[in-house]
Amino acid sequence: MTAWQRSSTSNGNPAPVLSVRNLEVRYFTRAGTVQAVRDVSFDLRPGESIALIGESGCGKTTLGLALLRLLPKGARIVDGEIRYRRRDGQVIDVLQLDQEEIRRFRWQECAMVFQGALNALNPVLRIWDQMLDTARAHAALSRDEVRERSERLLRMVQLEPERVLNAYPHELSGGMRQRVMIAMSLLLDPQIIIYDEPTTALDILTQRAIIEVLRSLREQLDFSMLFISHDLPLAAELADRVATMYAGKIIEVGDVREIFYNPRHPYTLGLIKAVPPIVGELYDISSIPGTPPNLIEPPPGCSFHPRCPYARERCAREMPPLYEVGALHTSACHYWQEVKLERQVVETGD
Amino acid sequence: MAQTARPGKLELAPPGLGQRLATAVKVFFRLLGHSKAGFLGFLGVLFFVVLALAGPIIVPDAGRPDMTKIYQPPSLEHPLGTDYEGRDVLKQMLRGGRAIIVVAVLAATLSTLISITFGALAAYAGGWPDSIIMMLTDVVLTIPQFPLLVVLSAFVKLDRPWLLATLIALLSWPTLLRAVRAQVLSLKEREYVEAARALDLGIPRILFGEILPNMASYIVMSFTIGMTAAIYAQVALYFLGLAPLAGENWGIMLNLAWVRGAIFYKDSLMYILAPVLAISLLQLAMVTMSRSLEGVFNPRLRES
Amino acid sequence: MDDVSLSLEAGEVLCLVGESGSGKTTTGKIVAGLLKPTSGSVRFRGQDIWQMDKAQFKAYRRAVQIVHQDPYASLNPIHTVFTILAAPLQRHGMVRSRAEAVRRVVELLETVDLTPPESFLFKYPHQLSGGQRQRVSIARALTVNPELIVADEATSMVDVSIRVSLLNTLQRLRDELGVGFLFITHDLAIAKYFAWHGRIAVMYLGRVVEFSPTPALINDPQHPYTRALLAAIPEPDPDLTRRKGKLQLRSLDIPSLLHIPPGCSFHPRCPLFEAGLCDVQRPDLVPIDEKRLVACHVVARERTGTIAKHMASPVGISSNPMIGADRGEYGKESS
Repeated sequence: MTAWQRSSTSNGNPAPVLSVRNLEVRYFTRAGTVQAVRDVSFDLRPGESIALIGESGCGKTTLGLALLRLLPKGARIVDGEIRYRRRDGQVIDVLQLDQEEIRRFRWQECAMVFQGALNALNPVLRIWDQMLDTARAHAALSRDEVRERSERLLRMVQLEPERVLNAYPHELSGGMRQRVMIAMSLLLDPQIIIYDEPTTALDILTQRAIIEVLRSLREQLDFSMLFISHDLPLAAELADRVATMYAGKIIEVGDVREIFYNPRHPYTLGLIKAVPPIVGELYDISSIPGTPPNLIEPPPGCSFHPRCPYARERCAREMPPLYEVGALHTSACHYWQEVKLERQVVETGD
Repeated sequence: MAQTARPGKLELAPPGLGQRLATAVKVFFRLLGHSKAGFLGFLGVLFFVVLALAGPIIVPDAGRPDMTKIYQPPSLEHPLGTDYEGRDVLKQMLRGGRAIIVVAVLAATLSTLISITFGALAAYAGGWPDSIIMMLTDVVLTIPQFPLLVVLSAFVKLDRPWLLATLIALLSWPTLLRAVRAQVLSLKEREYVEAARALDLGIPRILFGEILPNMASYIVMSFTIGMTAAIYAQVALYFLGLAPLAGENWGIMLNLAWVRGAIFYKDSLMYILAPVLAISLLQLAMVTMSRSLEGVFNPRLRES
Repeated sequence: MDDVSLSLEAGEVLCLVGESGSGKTTTGKIVAGLLKPTSGSVRFRGQDIWQMDKAQFKAYRRAVQIVHQDPYASLNPIHTVFTILAAPLQRHGMVRSRAEAVRRVVELLETVDLTPPESFLFKYPHQLSGGQRQRVSIARALTVNPELIVADEATSMVDVSIRVSLLNTLQRLRDELGVGFLFITHDLAIAKYFAWHGRIAVMYLGRVVEFSPTPALINDPQHPYTRALLAAIPEPDPDLTRRKGKLQLRSLDIPSLLHIPPGCSFHPRCPLFEAGLCDVQRPDLVPIDEKRLVACHVVARERTGTIAKHMASPVGISSNPMIGADRGEYGKESS
């Protein structure tokens, strides 16, 4: 039994709604085969919110797309399992679904709001038409049902249904369109929603509105959230658990407070030290030297070791597994015990 | 963070012109190697260019008329058959490319030069130079090109290549100019152009060093289209008998074939088809080759 | 951009903070002389740049450079790093031979921490990472020995782990070469870090609403918009961020730039809104103490006893700034 399987059944936690094991996704390009996602495993529990944090090129968006089998041409899931547990308890293997079943899986069981979603709306259709189209494409619902749900959801995201449903996308602001996309994702009452960069390209105040909207939705409705971002503070706001990704692998997972106050992987530590709090005195921030590795022929051993201040000879040879470093906290670092964050305590400004 | 000097470890001299040309040629062939269509296109263009230049030298004359052999079907002796006077079609084909291609190249060059110069100027300068140039362009654009050529041919004897080329060019630059202007307008807003302005690099350098090279593949494509248009214009003029029927080029061959009733004989099919096919294949070759060559001009597409 | 007045000393750092549509990028381009203001003036060492003669304007152009946001669009893809950096050197006669150009370019690459410089010389932009390209952009700006660099969101499109090292490079340039910065960003956390010893100007819908030294602005923000911004930014600290008081705004809608609200443009959303005052009279940027300027009637009244209206001509902080925009406007319909 891996650390993962042990931890998910030991303290009587409910069974996970999504269970990913050893997922491997590769892009086949002319220049070579890119190992975009390498041996990724994690669980998502009902009602839980997990943040997948990583920088560009770490594979997080690929992972998100893979979960819904929405990978572009040239990319394939070459290994691994994705198990999904329906509301009635039945567990299905997402990778084995046929075309019809996957169409029903998408949006009904698991919805995804892509990066730059505010531009994903069809500019020549009214919002209502797009809601109807989306709902009908994935489930058999009557017009009235779709209407009722749309209105309810739009109100939950702080929009006026009468005004929004009749509007064209260009008549709404970026923040409003993002909220429309969020409402649309909940239309068929899925158990899981995947948000890819939900607040990037939005203004600070609009971002705040979206964050509050997502928070209130989680309180009112029952769904699990997986959000993908490079924005660490966003994870602090919205996540129950945080997983950091680097070079195609998940290198640390844990409760949000554990990750921020007691990170056990040098990369996570580096990320935290690079983003200071806004309030308070001037912090010391530092960057992580170097660049991520080429994923076509990843070097052996730990992918992070060329940039790691804790690296030693063993790191170049041996790929670290996810060690258990605390309660439901794992880290892929041989020397995790040495990793320590010196926190400077900050009081709120006003 | 001073770096200790490493004596002469790496070649620090920037690549000279010769080296750059050599790289361009290498990339050219590598790119063609990637795309089969592009390579075939290149071979096609090469073939026609050689044909055009060498043809009239290889075949000094098309043979004497022999009225006993009119409109013969293709045979070993006359692979493409004979024409209305019993002369070998193949020989005429070999001799007939040069005039057409030379005029097309001249016309396309002239038209491209005019449109780039004034199109780029209009776009970059804006204001009244732009207005004047655009007004002129719009006026010429509204003139129906071919009918005007027809009318002009009544006044001007179109017997010199450069005359014909100039005329064709003068009527085809507006379309290209508008396209060039649109491209430059968009490239003008690029951030590296703004940086060049801030660095005060000067208008010539900005236009020719920053903007136009980014349009190089676009320009080549426009040149190709200019050539195809010029070829069609010429062939049409010859076919309609508006240009003097002296000499033997493909257009004249078509005219004579038509006028002399070649279409009524099944055996003389190749007489008509040969020039048509030659022209079409040449166009196809040019277009295919120029499309696959984008990488020569844009290093980003090279996949190094 | 509407009635913006700013000033910068030599070697100083001024951060321009605002959301999209605030006019900060336009202001940056006007300061760099790439856009001409519809009204108002931009003064370099006291002289209006649009009234300068050719030689003076050339000198001004070289003194103010710009670094753009997008590392993928700011370098011409067909030129090598060497060509990009050598062009201004050759154009302005700063090097006399190719060998000298190479030497100077190598020096510049080292200054921006692109080492070993020789390995970058003949690379094309697409062969470099985002952070490396930004460094090349910075080196390009340095070729003409500028006195001021306008950095327009220069770190926004770069990964977090690289961002700090880029900022450190910029700070080093300020310390070692005495270059001033007009640093434009929407990220207050970056502004705080970079401009800690400088000042921040917060812009909203084309106007400057607060202009203060950084520590004061961050820890004691005065304008309601600034306070809303600071409260809205998520903190990388779960407890802190959930504890942080959020400022409730009266409306979530952002007015479009085509229909700017009358009076104070922030009044439809402002928690301190006072009918009859804020929707009628436009507040000017007035000093509330020795170093801070705020454009808010309510705050001005609290602090100085009078609402935010200029007495005579606009009051700046310093009397002889190196560069300043004076009531600059751009893109406004004449009214």
